[in-house]
Amino acid sequence: MDGISIAGLGKGFGGAQVLRGVSLGVAAGEFVALLGPSGCGKSTLLRCIAGIERPDSGSIRIGGREVTGLRPSQRDVAMVFQSYALYPHLTVEENVAVPLAMRRLNAAQRLPLIGALLPGTRAARDSITRDVRGAAEALGLGPMLSRRPGQLSGGQRQRVALARAIVRRPAAFLMDEPLSNLDASLRVQTRREIVAIHKAAGVATVYVTHDQSEALTMADRVAVMQAGEILQIAPPAEIYADPQDLRVATFIGSPRINTLDAEADVDGVLRVAGQAVGMRVSGTGPMTLALRPEDLQLAGAGLPAMLEGVEFLGESLLVHLRHAALGTPLVLRLAPEDRETLPPEGEITLRFPFGRALVFNGLGRRVPVHALSPEATTLV
Amino acid sequence: MSEATLALPAPRLSAGEALAGWMLTAPAALAFLLMLLAPTLATIALAFTDYELGAPALNWIGLENFAELLQDRGFAIALRNTILYVAIVAPTSVLGGLALAMLIEAGTRGRALFRAIFFLPVVSLPVAMAAAWQYLLHPTIGPLNAALRAVGVAGPNWLSSSDTVLISLAAIGVWENIGFNLVLFLAGLTAIPRELYAAAEVDGAARAWDRFRLVTWPLLGPTTLFVVTITMTRAVRVFDSVAVLTQGGPNKASEVLLYAMYEEGFTYFRLGYSAAITLVFLAIVLALVWLQTRVMERRIHYA
Repeated sequence: MDGISIAGLGKGFGGAQVLRGVSLGVAAGEFVALLGPSGCGKSTLLRCIAGIERPDSGSIRIGGREVTGLRPSQRDVAMVFQSYALYPHLTVEENVAVPLAMRRLNAAQRLPLIGALLPGTRAARDSITRDVRGAAEALGLGPMLSRRPGQLSGGQRQRVALARAIVRRPAAFLMDEPLSNLDASLRVQTRREIVAIHKAAGVATVYVTHDQSEALTMADRVAVMQAGEILQIAPPAEIYADPQDLRVATFIGSPRINTLDAEADVDGVLRVAGQAVGMRVSGTGPMTLALRPEDLQLAGAGLPAMLEGVEFLGESLLVHLRHAALGTPLVLRLAPEDRETLPPEGEITLRFPFGRALVFNGLGRRVPVHALSPEATTLV
Repeated sequence: MSEATLALPAPRLSAGEALAGWMLTAPAALAFLLMLLAPTLATIALAFTDYELGAPALNWIGLENFAELLQDRGFAIALRNTILYVAIVAPTSVLGGLALAMLIEAGTRGRALFRAIFFLPVVSLPVAMAAAWQYLLHPTIGPLNAALRAVGVAGPNWLSSSDTVLISLAAIGVWENIGFNLVLFLAGLTAIPRELYAAAEVDGAARAWDRFRLVTWPLLGPTTLFVVTITMTRAVRVFDSVAVLTQGGPNKASEVLLYAMYEEGFTYFRLGYSAAITLVFLAIVLALVWLQTRVMERRIHYA
């Protein structure tokens, strides 16, 4: 397979195991986001792919080539760093030219003054200039080619870092939280540009972020990482709607998904605080019922909850509730016009569509759900 | 950057505030006047006189002292020796300091230990250390020549032969300066972001030399410039080791600028002439500082 394929990657620092047998495949031209909280090992995984960190175990293939033992320079990858890592003494043009100069010129040709006199230097330099101008033009850096990074804004520096990555045609792009130092509006704009660059280049891309909106909007597939493991890797819509692990369900989505402690009896009938919720699961014992805020509905009967407050977000309302018996906080998302249907205070009851209920067993793994009566589409 | 600073109107001070301000700066200003400015001005004035220590009067003789300097073979030798000494000590201790700093930085253990060992000469008493060197370089009982004898080489008389004396003094000078430079370079190296080395590796800088050329050397620019200037200034100032070990000998082979000044002023008591030598020394040091600021403004400007 072209692209990137990682098998059983392990890495520890001192006594701490940062990566625990991570396996991941990125197809040629695919955009995969590594999403997880800080310290989950996502940056370490990226640095292992780049070759900056050396894994303790496992193997990495890039572009169909085994690269596990190779140095970063031999791996044919380009990387965008969180700090941009631009060379402060070089101009924008020189910064973008570095990856080309290192590959198209030999050590002697790179020497100042003497290098220019050697055969072939002129032609190589011309080709470098042409490619650098092309990459700079693509990112709107044309007018600032002769400036130094210190004279640029954060957004402009970020573009220089991107230009330096795309100027060569590498087998893989690696991006380590490239947007985290930009302000919110610039971040949304640059997000789309990075996707466009990726589309145009058609190169396998691994993009590390802790921001779920970046991962969900940009990636073809999202790999959710926690504690050195990939919990689930799937397209954004599937990660959101069909999480296979409770940790994925709670990490993705804002506001956080509602979770209720539940119990499956010997027949698999699911109960929340003793109340049957109209479904049967495979398995018995303690379970967790998870429901997205937009999947809860006001109803005449169902889960009892105490109204605690309402937040107006413009396009929607967030209704803060507490489960009457468990005391668990719940959030319900409503359209603004539904405000009239809410009582001013007191107890209300909620129901949810059967197909949207996510049930996880005591280990946090997703378990299949069956409706108690075949015709039921919504549950209590 | 300077255009961005706002031009605030100068705050108007009341008389009391102004007085307090003058009083607060008085100690520093007084010290500067008495310890630096007055002696410098006095030296400049003396350089144009024939004053001798203990003489009842002095005469204004214009540039005569400087005319004599141009004819003075001893001064020419001192100047040449000083330049040679700086030419050996400065590059060796700068590049050596950089090399040691990079070795210590790359190592995983004993950083504090090595730093302390190499810094020791800087904090030790030069005169006492000179005595130690006298023993080390002694032609018959010194360990250096004993070691050379062991491999069948007859070591020279390091400090008493005019062929080797300047080299020996320069070696001591390198030993005195290298630890200082090492510490400055270590500080400079620590300030280079690790990410830049990672970026350089990904960009294809495969060999250590490529990364040195692409990242280390340019980013150390300001440190290097500072180290070069301070080492040259310290080397031009060489005095202690010469005064203790050779007194400028043999046959003026280790005569240096400051030792010549000392001899003229305090052996022959020709303070006017000695002041003229001091002015030449001052001019060299000022030229070095001026060069540093010029280069600093021109080339190494990338914050």
